[in-house]
Amino acid sequence: MSNILVIAEHDGKNLSASFAKLMGAASKLGGEVTAIVAGSGVDDIVNKVAQTAGVTKVVVFDDTSFVRPTAELWVENLAPLASGKTHIMAAASTYSRGGLARLAARLKTVMLSDIVAINGADSFTRPIYAGAVNADIKVNPGSEPIVMTVRFSSFDAASEQAAADIEKQTIVAAKVANSSTDLQTSSSERPDLGSARVVISGGRGVGSKENFALIEKLADTLGAAIGASRAAVDAGYVSNDLQVGQTGKVVAPALYFAIGISGAVQHLAGIKGAKTIIAINKDPNAPIFGVADYGLVGDLFTIIPELIEQISKEKAA
Amino acid sequence: MKILVGFKRVIDYHVTARPNAAGTAVDLAGVKMAPNPFDEIALEEALKIRDAGNASEVIAVAIGDDKTPETLRTALAMGADRAIHIPHSGDLEAFEVAKALTEIAKQEGCELILLGKQAIDTDNGQTASMLAELLEWPQALNAFTIKLENKQAEVTCEIDGGLETFSFSLPAVISVDLRLNTPRFVKMPDIIKARAKQIDTIEYAFIPSRVTINKVFTPQQERKKLMLETVSDLTKQLEGQL
Ligand SMILES: Cc1cc2nc3c(=O)[nH]c(=O)nc-3n(C[C@H](O)[C@H](O)[C@H](O)COP(=O)(O)OP(=O)(O)OC[C@H]3O[C@@H](n4cnc5c(N)ncnc54)[C@H](O)[C@@H]3O)c2cc1C
Ligand SMILES: Nc1ncnc2c1ncn2[C@@H]1O[C@H](COP(=O)(O)O)[C@@H](O)[C@H]1O
Repeated sequence: MSNILVIAEHDGKNLSASFAKLMGAASKLGGEVTAIVAGSGVDDIVNKVAQTAGVTKVVVFDDTSFVRPTAELWVENLAPLASGKTHIMAAASTYSRGGLARLAARLKTVMLSDIVAINGADSFTRPIYAGAVNADIKVNPGSEPIVMTVRFSSFDAASEQAAADIEKQTIVAAKVANSSTDLQTSSSERPDLGSARVVISGGRGVGSKENFALIEKLADTLGAAIGASRAAVDAGYVSNDLQVGQTGKVVAPALYFAIGISGAVQHLAGIKGAKTIIAINKDPNAPIFGVADYGLVGDLFTIIPELIEQISKEKAA
Repeated sequence: MKILVGFKRVIDYHVTARPNAAGTAVDLAGVKMAPNPFDEIALEEALKIRDAGNASEVIAVAIGDDKTPETLRTALAMGADRAIHIPHSGDLEAFEVAKALTEIAKQEGCELILLGKQAIDTDNGQTASMLAELLEWPQALNAFTIKLENKQAEVTCEIDGGLETFSFSLPAVISVDLRLNTPRFVKMPDIIKARAKQIDTIEYAFIPSRVTINKVFTPQQERKKLMLETVSDLTKQLEGQL
């Protein structure tokens, strides 16, 4: 039977949507789940976690040092909880990856990044080579705990349950000094890119930061999140945290609009989980059309305003 | 101060990886190889730090097969002072890479290690943290800017929701992201000059991977691939979903 440790991410106010899906992944392994919530004044989040189906126990790292924890702090506090565990899981995010990799080295154990399928307690699938291929992998016996980050969008969310037990953990200070001294988060009224139902992404074809307002207008018409290609981010049209792809965000919306994006393999790596892909590009030979469900060849500056108008009309009707 | 830079030989990023006929690995026969793009950024940053007078030597290190010295020649042509090749072919866990790099860092007395945020073949993104843990040094991942002053580092990192700055003192491990810099182009005279530079070979006893790849396959993408004529065609197709 599995005995799993799962990190519950949150932003200090709300539990991340990733957690229920991580628990969905954990349910494929079965067994006991200890969920970790770290932060300060996070009682509401702790309660939500305790009420997520499959959670056996919640362990809380309640300390101001965990408001913006460093990997050096995580490893010191997670390592004591690792004994007897078969799996240690977190979302495939920059937040969790550094701490878990450090933990895996501390425990001298195996680490697997970006799991997209769980085929057994020791068998998993993960994308490699920018997602051009997937690999089915098996971990040798005796390599536990298996530390892994999970592409949560590949899993169904767990439901609710009666609250599990909650336990406070005494915090150990980090042995290696490092501190987070500044945080700039891009606050947005729009839905979160990682969990949005509709994502509108613009690429180099949008042409300028000013022109990106057109993408934003379409996003607002649809209540969608905004994404971008690396070229658009590099050109300064939008901030870096909106980059979709191999080295950016992985999205799995019901509808993904790729507008003025050519469809490089590194970009496609981030959109494989999209249910329906719509490509708008003036080049009929753009590779994006080869992976899209619906393609429109033409100038985005005529197509997008027309699309906005049609959708607005329909919504008004 | 010496800087160590990871410089992995990987499939060229323009090439789309395909499984071999047996579906057991990616087919690399005759495929164009290149330095890991993130490692070129790491090296560029190391060279900048050296050339600003904050480091005495930049050493590029690569673990890989007998073609790997070719890739290290690129590092030398870019401006690395020396290169180290650790021979190994086949899969390796990031943990093993980290262990080998730990040895080199200790032998050489390096105080800063710059790695890529991920190798574009394994897409692990683990080595930097593991190396930092083994050395008991601080880490900063996905660097967007790096400021060094008197062995104090201030590194702004790309995170999920924006940017976060970390402050720590060297020695340290930093992994770099795409926007840190633009690597220089290698010019012909640099390539010729690099021929005189040294590539040392150092053996390391790697433990075979504890993870077996059973199957490599191209994910099935069932896409409609319908080309439409007008915006109305699109809104019709998406009716009820917009
Ligand atoms: C290590 C590495 C990692 C990378 N990671 C990522 C990643 O995570 N995400 C990512 O996106 N990229 C990534 N890239 C970059 C990737 O290789 C491509 O360079 C990038 O995706 C291209 O962006 P683009 O499609 O916007 O630009 P382009 O390739 O320049 O395409 C622009 C498109 O816009 C179209 N267009 C122009 N004007 C109009 C118009 N008026 N109307 C309609 N269409 C128009 C053009 O026909 C063209 O197809 C990475 C690269 C490397 C080396
Ligand atoms: N075989 C290798 N040789 C040299 N450096 C490596 C090797 N493998 C990984 N690295 C370094 O570690 C970084 C991250 O790799 P990974 O953790 O495998 O994604 C790479 O960008 C390199 O800087």
